[in-house]
Amino acid sequence: MRYALNHAVLAATQRREQRSSLYAMMPGLLLVALVIGPSLWLAFLSFYANGQPSLEHYQRILDNPSYTSIMLNTLHLSVVVTVIVVLLGYPTTYAITLLPKRGSAVALACVAIPFWTSLLVRTYAWMVILQRNGVLNGWMLDLGLIERPVRMANSFLGTTIGMVHIMLPFFIFPLYAILRSIDPNLVRAAYSLGASPSRAFIDVFLPLSRQGVMAGGLLTFVLCLGFYVTPQLLGGGNVTTISMKIEQNITAYSDWGAASALAVVLIVVVGLILLVSRWLTTRGAAWR
Amino acid sequence: MDTISVYVSPWRRAWLFVILGLVLSFLVAPVLIVIPMSFSASNYLQFPPEEWSWRWYQSFFSSVEWLAATRNSILAACLTTVVATPVGVLAAVALSRARGFTSQMAQAVFLLPQVVPVIIIGIGVFFLYIRLGLVNTMAGIVLAHAALAIPFVVITTLSGLKNFDINQSNAAQSLGAHPIRAFFDVTLPQIRLSIIAGALFSFITSLDEVVISLFIAGGDNTLLTRRMFLSLRDQLDPTIAAISSILIALSIIGVVLFLIFSKHRDS
Repeated sequence: MRYALNHAVLAATQRREQRSSLYAMMPGLLLVALVIGPSLWLAFLSFYANGQPSLEHYQRILDNPSYTSIMLNTLHLSVVVTVIVVLLGYPTTYAITLLPKRGSAVALACVAIPFWTSLLVRTYAWMVILQRNGVLNGWMLDLGLIERPVRMANSFLGTTIGMVHIMLPFFIFPLYAILRSIDPNLVRAAYSLGASPSRAFIDVFLPLSRQGVMAGGLLTFVLCLGFYVTPQLLGGGNVTTISMKIEQNITAYSDWGAASALAVVLIVVVGLILLVSRWLTTRGAAWR
Repeated sequence: MDTISVYVSPWRRAWLFVILGLVLSFLVAPVLIVIPMSFSASNYLQFPPEEWSWRWYQSFFSSVEWLAATRNSILAACLTTVVATPVGVLAAVALSRARGFTSQMAQAVFLLPQVVPVIIIGIGVFFLYIRLGLVNTMAGIVLAHAALAIPFVVITTLSGLKNFDINQSNAAQSLGAHPIRAFFDVTLPQIRLSIIAGALFSFITSLDEVVISLFIAGGDNTLLTRRMFLSLRDQLDPTIAAISSILIALSIIGVVLFLIFSKHRDS
C-alpha cells in the first residue's frame, strides 16, 4: 500500500519534471525557430510563382545551364577538398597519436591555432600569400621553380587550398579522439601473432577507424557544399558555388523564388548526406 | 604498460612524420605570416617587409569607420554571449533530464543551426527581418547570432553534465532545496568549466560570423567582419592585415590560456 502510494507520487513527480523540462527548453527552441522558421517559409514559397502553386523556379534551375554548371562546380570543389582533407588528415592525425605526450600537445596546439582563428582572417592570409606578387610566387621565382608568377589566387586552385586549410582541423580533432580510443592492445595482439607493422595497421587499425573517417569525411563534404566566404574571396569570380548564387539572387536581383529553390536543393542534398552518415554510424554500432 | 613491445624503427615511420611536419606548417604558417607582413611600410604587403612601420595599425586606429565596426562587433559578441549562454544551459539541463521521443526531437532541433548551411539561415533571417523591421538593428544581429551559438552551449554543457551525478541534485531537492536553488548551489559549480567553454564559443561565433551579418548588419550597426569582407571583395587593403594580426594574436593567447588552464585542471 505504502509502496504503491510512493510509486504514484514518484510517477507524478517525474511527469511534472518532464513538463517543466519542456518549459526550460522553450527560450532556446524559440530562438532556433526564429532563424530556422523563415527558411521553411521560404522553402514553401519556392513552390509558388505569381501567387500560384508552380514548379517554375525548379524548372528554371533544370533548364538554365548556368545553374547546372554551378551545382557541378560546387560538387567538384567539395569532392576535391574532402579527398585532400582525408588523405592529409588521416596520416597527420595518426602521427599525432604516435607522438609522446608533450609532442602531441604541441601538435594539437598547431591545429588549434588556425581552428580558433577567424575564417575570414585565414582566407585573407591565403589571398595575400597566393596573389600574383605574393609570398609564394616570390619564393618560387627566387628558387627558380617558375619563370613567371603563377596565378593561384582568383582560381579554383586557390579556393581549394584555402578550403583545405579551413576544413583540416574539423577533420583532425574528431578523428584524433577516435584514434586515441582504439585499444592499442589489438594492434599488439596482431604483432604477437606475427603480423608486420604495415599488415597490422591495414588489417586491424584501419578497419577500426574506418567509421570515424567516413563520418569526418561526410561532415567535411557537407560543410564544403555550403561554403560562401572562401570561394567568394579566393575564387575571384572564377569559382561560383551554390551559396554564392543564392546570395547573388537576393542582393543583385531580389529574386527570392530562384534563391529559395536553390536553397531547397542545397538543404535536401545536405540532409540526405547527413542521414546516410547517421545510418552508417548507427549500423556500425549494431555490428560491434 | 608495454607488455608486448614491438620495435618499429623510427625510420620506417619517417614519412609519416614528414607529412605531419608539412601539414602542421601548412596549418600554422599562413596564420603567422600575416603578423610580420602587417608591419610592412610599403603600400602592398611584403614578406619579410623591407621596411618596418606601424602605419597600418595607425590607419586602423585612426579610422572612425573601422573603430565603429570593431565596437559594434565586440558589443554584439558580448550580448550574444549573455543571451545564448543562459538559454543554452537551461536547454541542456532540461535535455539531460528529459527522456523519450520529444527530447530526442528537441536535441535534433538544437543542432539545426549548425547543420543548415549558413547562407540559407542568412536569407531566411533577412526575409523575416525585412517584415519585422529588424534589418540593421543590434537586436536583430544578437538574436540571429545567439541562435547560431546555442548549439555550442548545449553541446559543451551536455558533455559537462555527463560527468555530473544527477543524484546530487536530487539529494539537495529531497533535503528541501528548491530545484533552482539546487541547480545554482550543487549543479552549477560542477559544470562551471563547460559553461565557460560554451560562453567562449558563443563569443567567438558572433565575432567571426560573416554571412548572416552580410544581410542584416549594415548601416550604423556594421560589424567588423562584414566590413572586412566587403572591403576584401574590392581590394587587398593592408589595414586588414593589421586587424587580422590583432585577431590572430587574440586567438593564440586564447589557445595558450586554454592549454595552461586545462593543464591546471588535470593536476
